[in-house]
Amino acid sequence: MEKFTKLTAIVAPMDRANVDTDAIIPKQFLKSIQRTGFGVNLFDEWRYEDVGEPGKDNSVRPLRKDFVLNQPRYQGAKILLARDNFGCGSSREHAPWALKDYGFDVIIAPSFADIFFNNSFKNGILPIVLDADLVSSLFNEVFANPGYQLTVDLASHQMIKPSGETLDFEVDAFRRHCLLNGLDDIGLTLQHQSDIETFEATHKAKNPWLFATE
Amino acid sequence: MSAKTLYDKLWDSHVVRQEDDGTALIYIDRQLLHEVTSPQAFEGLRLANRKPWRIDANLATPDHNVPTTAYHSVEDIVDPISRIQVKTLDANAKEFGITEFGIGDIRQGIVHVVGPEEGITLPGTTLVCGDSHTATHGALGALAHGVGTSEVEHVLATQCLIQKKMKNMLVKVNGQLQPGVGPKDVVLAIIGKIGTAGGNGHAIEFGGQVFQDMSIEGRMTVCNMAIEAGARVGLVAVDQKTIDYVEGRPFAPKGNQWQAAVEAWQDLKSDEDAHFDKVVELEGSAIEPQVSWGTSPEMVVSVNDCVPDPAQEADAVKADGIRRALSYMGLKAGMLISDIPVDYIFIGSCTNSRIEDLRQAAEVLKGQKVASSVEQALIVPGSGLVKQQAEAEGLDKIFVEAGFEWRNPGCSMCLAMNADRLPSGKHCASTSNRNFEGRQGAGGRTHLVSPQMAAAAAVAGHFIDVRQLISTNQ
Repeated sequence: MEKFTKLTAIVAPMDRANVDTDAIIPKQFLKSIQRTGFGVNLFDEWRYEDVGEPGKDNSVRPLRKDFVLNQPRYQGAKILLARDNFGCGSSREHAPWALKDYGFDVIIAPSFADIFFNNSFKNGILPIVLDADLVSSLFNEVFANPGYQLTVDLASHQMIKPSGETLDFEVDAFRRHCLLNGLDDIGLTLQHQSDIETFEATHKAKNPWLFATE
Repeated sequence: MSAKTLYDKLWDSHVVRQEDDGTALIYIDRQLLHEVTSPQAFEGLRLANRKPWRIDANLATPDHNVPTTAYHSVEDIVDPISRIQVKTLDANAKEFGITEFGIGDIRQGIVHVVGPEEGITLPGTTLVCGDSHTATHGALGALAHGVGTSEVEHVLATQCLIQKKMKNMLVKVNGQLQPGVGPKDVVLAIIGKIGTAGGNGHAIEFGGQVFQDMSIEGRMTVCNMAIEAGARVGLVAVDQKTIDYVEGRPFAPKGNQWQAAVEAWQDLKSDEDAHFDKVVELEGSAIEPQVSWGTSPEMVVSVNDCVPDPAQEADAVKADGIRRALSYMGLKAGMLISDIPVDYIFIGSCTNSRIEDLRQAAEVLKGQKVASSVEQALIVPGSGLVKQQAEAEGLDKIFVEAGFEWRNPGCSMCLAMNADRLPSGKHCASTSNRNFEGRQGAGGRTHLVSPQMAAAAAVAGHFIDVRQLISTNQ
């Protein structure tokens, strides 16, 4: 997995609650058997005037000018500022794949849907949960200041505003460790192979019906 | 020892190891695989030169992309990208030796219908699938939840998941339901009350008289939509109904093992004084048939209510959400739900495509006709076996005579990955689980309802309290 340590980037505001994974990446793009290439279809229905399909040349599709990510001031954004319950709905990991592929490394919201939150960490995206009032004030600052940037430092779990003011945030220690070091979960788990084998033997003795009899 | 909830018990019996910070390695008994969220996981295994930890813990079946019109083989899937995805599942199952109920197998169907139907879902187990509606299986007292593709790969490779324990939430529905009100209305009413983030971070146990009285298939409908209340896990305690449901299913334990299993499952309920971090109670008799009006499952009201007015909402973000939803849905604040015309009817999905759902729809549709204003009415059974059973009972004839199309099993218009799509601007009375923008087709307008309410809307051409229709019938 790609590491995440520190980043300074433009913040794009997604000012609506309950942004679901169907909106983040519509179902027709889930037919791909790859992990990459979803960024051009991120927020497809909100971003383009026409209906997107896999294989369509996205560079010639008409854009919805009022959609936040189509506005010139937010080009190059790597931090997404969002509202409550971001990433609700389907478990599709295509959602964080699309966000990452588009360029987002950090998502800040008052709350996230559980599965999306978990999937993000596994793809080098840092989801930051921040108090709703702080998020609202960040929205105001972003709207008021074109080119607004934040610095996000995972090692010190701090965000630094353009004014120099800092905001602390909390991240689960294990997730933080994995992100900072770009660690692969499977590799970590397999270090405990003998624990799994021991558990499995006991579990099988108690619940033999859960194991095939060859 | 302190009292435990059902979730605590399921969790405790699957902890392989636990770190000081609470991060745990949890053993997974079963994994269901489908074509959409597994290809990248299998590719990951191949790239790392890893093998599945336990082949017998996995079962695969294609569901999201399969056609529901007549077809005979994977080659009949018209969309080449869908075809490749289904073929990729076939190839991966074959390469890794995983059992697959492929196209043409009578057992093929929606993963969450197939698992319980085959006895693969068992009480006391942990079960995952790369699909958020995996919560369904909690109806049988299994700890079941959706995972992303990275975790599908993780479970394939290690038979474990890295997890932190969730909090416990109890949703209690007391008393009895009114006739004409079913499990779907109950779960929509719960979501309407607690909101789509109400269960975030929690495992929800559904308790109270209503769930004790409810059938296992009804409990599946309720647990299925726990995720729409924000909870990855929905659970119902094991009782005699659970045992009776599981007994004799193809993958259920047999003989001496059956006796031992039944004994082991006796304690799969929350202890009387177990602690829940959050408790919500509803009165069953107060629940009316529900219809969602907006673009989030929490935007739901009784069929006899009106579409809400954003001007009455104090919270600015919520008011804005209502405005956007009304605009997308083409509805006016204050209009009666029963004045919303329906253009499409979809009865199916992992929420409502089991035999009891079809029986309930048939009961309403018997001797009735779909209104002429309805452009298309689909009934999509959840599996080949559900289809077979419905046909044995003659339900297919009732549907076809009423003007419905009787289709082959799959996810179909719940998420429209196959050819079944809701056109832009059209209103659909749908028994599925999500009314998000574009969910059933770009620009489509979904209204979530029970199978009976969908059938009633089909007949009336607009939403109608099914209890009125039933009383007219009699």
